[in-house]
Amino acid sequence: MGAQVSSGGLLLLAMLLLPLAGALAVAPMRSAPSTAKATALAFALAELVFAALAWRAFEPGAGRLQLGLSVEWIPEFGARFALGVDGIALVMIALIGVLVPIVMGSSWEEKLPEGRTAAGFYSLLLTMQSMMVGVFAATDVFLFYLFFEVMLVPMYFLIGRFGGPRRQYAAVKFFLYSLLGGLVMLASVIGVFVVSSEELGQGTFDWATLVTIADDIPESVQIWLFLGFFLAFAIKAPLVPLHTWLPDAGAEAPVGAGVLLVGVLDKVGVYGFLRYCLPLFPDASRRLAPIVLVLAVVGVVYGALLAVGQSDMKRFVAYTSVAHFGFIALGIFAFSTQAHAGAVLYMVNHGISTGMLFIVLGMVIARGGSRAIADYGGVAKLAPVLAGMLLLAGLSLLSLPGTNTFVSEFLVLLGSYPRQPVFTIIATCGIILAALYVLWVYQRMMTGPLRGAAVLGDEEAPRQPALAGPGAATDPEATRRRAAAAFPDLSKREVGVLAPLVLLILLLGFYPQPVLEVINPSVEATMSEAGFTDPVGSTGGGQGGN
Amino acid sequence: MTEVLAAGGIAQYAWLLVALPAAGALVLLAGGRRTNGFGHLLGCATVLGAFGYGVALFVQTAGMPAEQRTRELDLFTWFGVQALQVDFGVRLDPLSLTFVLLITGVGALIHIYSIGYMAEDDGRRKFFGYLNLFVAAMLVLVLGDNFVTLYLGWEGVGLASYLLIGWHTARPSAATAAKKAFLMNRVGDVGLVLAIFLLWAELGTVQYAEVFARSGQIDGATLVAITILLLLGACGKSGQFPLQAWLPDAMEGPTPVSALIHAATMVTAGVYLIARCNPLYDLTATGRLVVASVGAITLMLGAIIGCAYDDIKKVLAYSTVSQIGYMFLAVGLGPAGYAFGILHLLTHGFFKAGLFLGAGSVMHAMHDEVDMRRMGGLARHLPVTFVTFGLGYLALVGFPFLSGFYSKDAIIEAAFDQGGAAGWVFGGTALLAAGLTAFYMTRLVLMTFFGRERWLGLRTAQNKEYRPHESPPVMWVPMVLLALGSAGAGYLLYSGELLTGWLEPSLGAVASVDASPIPHALVPWLTVAISALGALVAYLIVGRRSVPVARPHRVSLPVRAARAELYANAINEAVIARPGTWATRALVYVDNKGVDGLVNGTGALLGGTSGRMRRLQTGFVRTYALGMLGGSVLVVAMLLVVTF
Repeated sequence: MGAQVSSGGLLLLAMLLLPLAGALAVAPMRSAPSTAKATALAFALAELVFAALAWRAFEPGAGRLQLGLSVEWIPEFGARFALGVDGIALVMIALIGVLVPIVMGSSWEEKLPEGRTAAGFYSLLLTMQSMMVGVFAATDVFLFYLFFEVMLVPMYFLIGRFGGPRRQYAAVKFFLYSLLGGLVMLASVIGVFVVSSEELGQGTFDWATLVTIADDIPESVQIWLFLGFFLAFAIKAPLVPLHTWLPDAGAEAPVGAGVLLVGVLDKVGVYGFLRYCLPLFPDASRRLAPIVLVLAVVGVVYGALLAVGQSDMKRFVAYTSVAHFGFIALGIFAFSTQAHAGAVLYMVNHGISTGMLFIVLGMVIARGGSRAIADYGGVAKLAPVLAGMLLLAGLSLLSLPGTNTFVSEFLVLLGSYPRQPVFTIIATCGIILAALYVLWVYQRMMTGPLRGAAVLGDEEAPRQPALAGPGAATDPEATRRRAAAAFPDLSKREVGVLAPLVLLILLLGFYPQPVLEVINPSVEATMSEAGFTDPVGSTGGGQGGN
Repeated sequence: MTEVLAAGGIAQYAWLLVALPAAGALVLLAGGRRTNGFGHLLGCATVLGAFGYGVALFVQTAGMPAEQRTRELDLFTWFGVQALQVDFGVRLDPLSLTFVLLITGVGALIHIYSIGYMAEDDGRRKFFGYLNLFVAAMLVLVLGDNFVTLYLGWEGVGLASYLLIGWHTARPSAATAAKKAFLMNRVGDVGLVLAIFLLWAELGTVQYAEVFARSGQIDGATLVAITILLLLGACGKSGQFPLQAWLPDAMEGPTPVSALIHAATMVTAGVYLIARCNPLYDLTATGRLVVASVGAITLMLGAIIGCAYDDIKKVLAYSTVSQIGYMFLAVGLGPAGYAFGILHLLTHGFFKAGLFLGAGSVMHAMHDEVDMRRMGGLARHLPVTFVTFGLGYLALVGFPFLSGFYSKDAIIEAAFDQGGAAGWVFGGTALLAAGLTAFYMTRLVLMTFFGRERWLGLRTAQNKEYRPHESPPVMWVPMVLLALGSAGAGYLLYSGELLTGWLEPSLGAVASVDASPIPHALVPWLTVAISALGALVAYLIVGRRSVPVARPHRVSLPVRAARAELYANAINEAVIARPGTWATRALVYVDNKGVDGLVNGTGALLGGTSGRMRRLQTGFVRTYALGMLGGSVLVVAMLLVVTF
């Protein structure tokens, strides 16, 4: 087999290489931070244009994998450098294209740790972007594995070099966890090759070929191979109890990296469930689904309860994500088209909403200098637009109808219900907890009288009335004015960063159908590859699945 | 089942009903301070426009034969996956049009009133933005042609309610009340969405038309589950037992909000939901019985607590809880009561909105004072408010030939008509609560408008004197109009079965099952007599004697229980809030120490000492690179072995 290259495939290749080129171009600009940022943003915007072109070139329903490119890579064991996308991968690549420029904008005035330069930060962001495109565009299992592992490196540096006070600890923990998952997955990757060589006489890593032989693999073998992939994906997603690295990594990561970590990188886990576990090991998926469903639903409730109890706002976001990944995993292992489409849409929406929440909280932290929720209070009075943005991000997080996330969460739950009523009912109760954690954080930080060390500054007057000057420090108006000076409302740059996210939240809330039309044919194909039929409204009529 | 036709004529633009207020909200909220100058006018104009268009639609529909009055208008696909198809579509039928007129009509009056009420508030423009958002969402709720758009409106009004209850952001109690309202509503929402999932699993559709046409295919037990889950949703939104505790707290919002959202429209959405789903409730006597029982419990509970409050708005709030209980009782009676539930909903919309606006006028005059013990003798100072409030009061207590007389009596009669034990229990409860209603409302009017001017010599919390004065015309004109409605609406709608006939295509004909243990002609006069008794007792207690400014603390057990809202909050606190807090804290501890500790412990074990750990960190990437290299060599080696 020689090289097969379509023009769309070249586009994907360009999307892989462009950010890398950008990273190389930006890295040397150590002494010119503004040039570095502007250059990086230019590359990210060009990448966004490419993403739009890829979206246009993709024809929903025309073929399982499109924009294909495949060249010989390691002929000895049939590994090819193969790229291509289905609807599921395409929406994730589009999400990357949208989020990276926004992340760059939000990091524009980030205070970097001593000795770190904007050039380093932005070139790492671009490297990260290239790796993320690669992991979603790979159609060769070995290539996928490679991106899956290499992706860790830029994120390790982003957290470990540019993060908060405990960045070293968080970065290493993140790395160790991912490494463990990756190694186990490697065993399964090799196993897949072995199995394919038994089935076909010649081993292959080609995803599309592997899907066709999936049914011939004995269930016992499938289960072992499944578990290897599953562990890696469950750490990445993450599912409870493998989640404990995420709060640390999310909390210590700089805001921009945190957005990419939770918004995109972790999605590789749930994406892997859907794109690798289900079509490659259908029997094992069916057999082990109850275990995954238990983990998913435990995650929904456990993540939400822990989010309620957090005192650090970035850890709070991380735990809400644990709950949301539970919803996505539920949708994937409920085996219905609606739930699958909902899960894929959820991946996109969660990236947008959590991204916005992270960025808004980053803006709060940039003003107050503290990550502790208790250090803030009554901010809505000082910065009403900022408060409104936090509320909007929060409402999207709790899946209010009219925001993007509602459609995906509703599809997941509605699609899961007919086959898994008990799990779905428990997960549905999670929407109460979601309202609780969002509104409680909003209430504590934004409403009430002005209070908290981060808002009032160090000279918190009421504590030491005796030392305060006559009338001056106790005067509420003076306090308010001082706090207002330290806590300005959103700047034009910040509004510009958030505006696209707000638009997307509302647009995808009321008109998600164009995105669903891209996703639908691919999840329908996944369903049939894995041998499932819909429990409700299926033309076949039979009860598939378990 | 009436046939559903495609909407034509002016009905093709029915989306305008929602689009107008939605556009208003968008302009006012996104426009920021630039729109401060005209914000209130734009806010009123969009709702008035929607009202005008609603009237035109109503006239058009009323001119059609009854079987052509149910029409649908498809707009666009919201989301669709395989067999699931959720559209934005408008269902125009007598039921939804009735609500359109109520929402936009009363809504427009309250918008106009708010121009005056909120004149001193810096955020008036934003307030109108939120009000417009509410009206748009409420119209989505009643106009949607499927359960998912209903849910969209349902949560949309919940959001508007949340924003407006928490309007005074600096007041911690307002923020707490707003959150509580949203959370208790979410508990109900779980019921509503689960009902939708069940309908989907059973019928494979979420469209009203298809669900109602094929509801007979659902087996009995599932149908009971669906109807009870829908009821749970309705209870959350309408402040019905056991989810009633948020509604009185919602009075933290500005008074126009209480009038529009927490009295006339949003809180009646639960009644709408059950009436809308009448084809489902028709099929299950058990489901109906649960609805009626919830209504009966709530109407009693609200009336009892209403007797004990001194806060003028909270008395009205519990009155709302109680009156919606009447509506639930009515729709729980099935075909015998659906239309009467809607009738009471409409008359209540007039008189309760009027009462709240009147209370707002009193507060406006009294520096936002809500404690009736600090009022008294205000009739002389606020003549227009007194007269309009008085009409609303008479309508609520069921004074003969005013609107409450017709609508409440119709429900009590229908309840007795059930016959047997159910008839006695439901009818008797409703009758008794009518007496309590007269008691607490008379007490309220006496304490506020009559007696000694107890505010003389008192000062507000801000140390100001009370100087009661009548509100400006922009406020009292809406009050007058609502008072006229309170007086006349009942007769107009009830006589000649005007409303029941109009609603027939949506709710079916009123099926009276005359099994009443007491003669029909007697019921209205029995109600009047019991109400008069309640009013008399109130007069003897607060009218003849002077009311102490300080609240008496040595009170009887029932009064204490009523003041504690029959311990609903205490129970919530003890059963849900406190154990929840403990559980959360424990989990955070376990997650940090247990789950994480396990992993870190393993790490430490592997690394030996913490010093080693640190060394591992500094050289980590190099180590990893080496590891990867080694690993890759291993992989290639293994693959080569396998291939050859």
